[in-house]
Amino acid sequence: MTLAVCPTIEPTPATPILLATDLHKRFGSTDALRGVDFAIEPGEIVAIMGPSGSGKSTLLHCLAGILRPDAGTVAFDGRRMDDLGEAQRSRLRRTAFGFVFQFGQLVTELTALENVALPLLLGGVRRRDAEDRAATWLAELGLAGLERRRPGDMSGGQAQRVAIGRALVTQPAVVFADEPTGSLDSLAGEQVMELLASAASSTGASVVLVTHEARVAAYAHREVIVRDGRAAGADR
Amino acid sequence: MSVPHAVLGLLQQEPRHGYDLKRLMDRYFAPDRPIAFAQIYATLGRLEASGRVRLSSVERAEGPDRRRYAITDEGRTELDRWISTPLAPEPHLQAALFTKVVLAILSGRPVIPIVDAERHAHLQRMRELTTIRRTAPLPIALLADYALFHLEADLRWLDLTAARVDDLRRDVLETPETDR
Repeated sequence: MTLAVCPTIEPTPATPILLATDLHKRFGSTDALRGVDFAIEPGEIVAIMGPSGSGKSTLLHCLAGILRPDAGTVAFDGRRMDDLGEAQRSRLRRTAFGFVFQFGQLVTELTALENVALPLLLGGVRRRDAEDRAATWLAELGLAGLERRRPGDMSGGQAQRVAIGRALVTQPAVVFADEPTGSLDSLAGEQVMELLASAASSTGASVVLVTHEARVAAYAHREVIVRDGRAAGADR
Repeated sequence: MSVPHAVLGLLQQEPRHGYDLKRLMDRYFAPDRPIAFAQIYATLGRLEASGRVRLSSVERAEGPDRRRYAITDEGRTELDRWISTPLAPEPHLQAALFTKVVLAILSGRPVIPIVDAERHAHLQRMRELTTIRRTAPLPIALLADYALFHLEADLRWLDLTAARVDDLRRDVLETPETDR
């Protein structure tokens, strides 16, 4: 049995918010990236897929300014970021980017509310305003009433929703999500992806999504396959 | 879908006439391919002939008579048997994907581009289904999930095949015909 096909809405071509050209990165004797080009437009969700060890997480780290590529360029909103110093890249990551990882990203000593408010506090927002905005996000993510819970007292799916709130509370231009559903069961994983995609859509954020799960990648507008440090099978 | 068993299942809830059955069949089982009235009535005719349903009442109103059907004990027994008996697994080794990959190797074609193209097509279809399931009512969303999990299984097989393509090529090309 098949379902009726809805026409897929393709994003309108626009200037990439993030543009990487001919990225190379080597760890010891291993070439993790061997000339990867990548572009993502504002509001677009792109899935990076590929076998374990193919270089997909390295690519994400280079795009996010966590790693500096050995060669090639990364531009955010038209400005080179690969030649910025660590302090400038750190500021960029804090103000323009959001991050959702598989696990371990929340501060276990802080409550859900404090975790979501943290990036705002680091950015100089007053505590009361930061916590108000954090509470709004938690409610959006279906976590009203759990503001005072600590991550250890929440389910994996709830903790990932807190992580999404923390990633989006600063209204970043780009969210980097590395296996965001990797530690969740099917239902919790679908809920997390639904919330991530909807939240990104409502704020206009682009999402760079590393995943090995096809059902997760299906939330993206297109996929890029990384194999042996090279991008292949891109949908454009 | 087994139309006779779907009809029996709907009649087990309560006696229904053909129009009701068609409406519910379309809603639960075939939202994109409405079932023909003729198929409903032909199925009811066969089920009645085999004693699995019986005519329960005829409502006379304007237009044609509305004949309401009910499930019989035999019908319930058959429905129980069908639901509790596992379906015969599909012959996966005959799957077109597998045939395509082996034929590519035998004919000396590069396999990875074929796998990539299949993966892309699968993901495209999964995107369409995901778009449907995000807004559809739950029965339709579950149907989309069913299709998504099956497509994902195909994709996992494609990825495994892509990872082992050199071994596969050796095996297919180097094994003597008589050993296969």
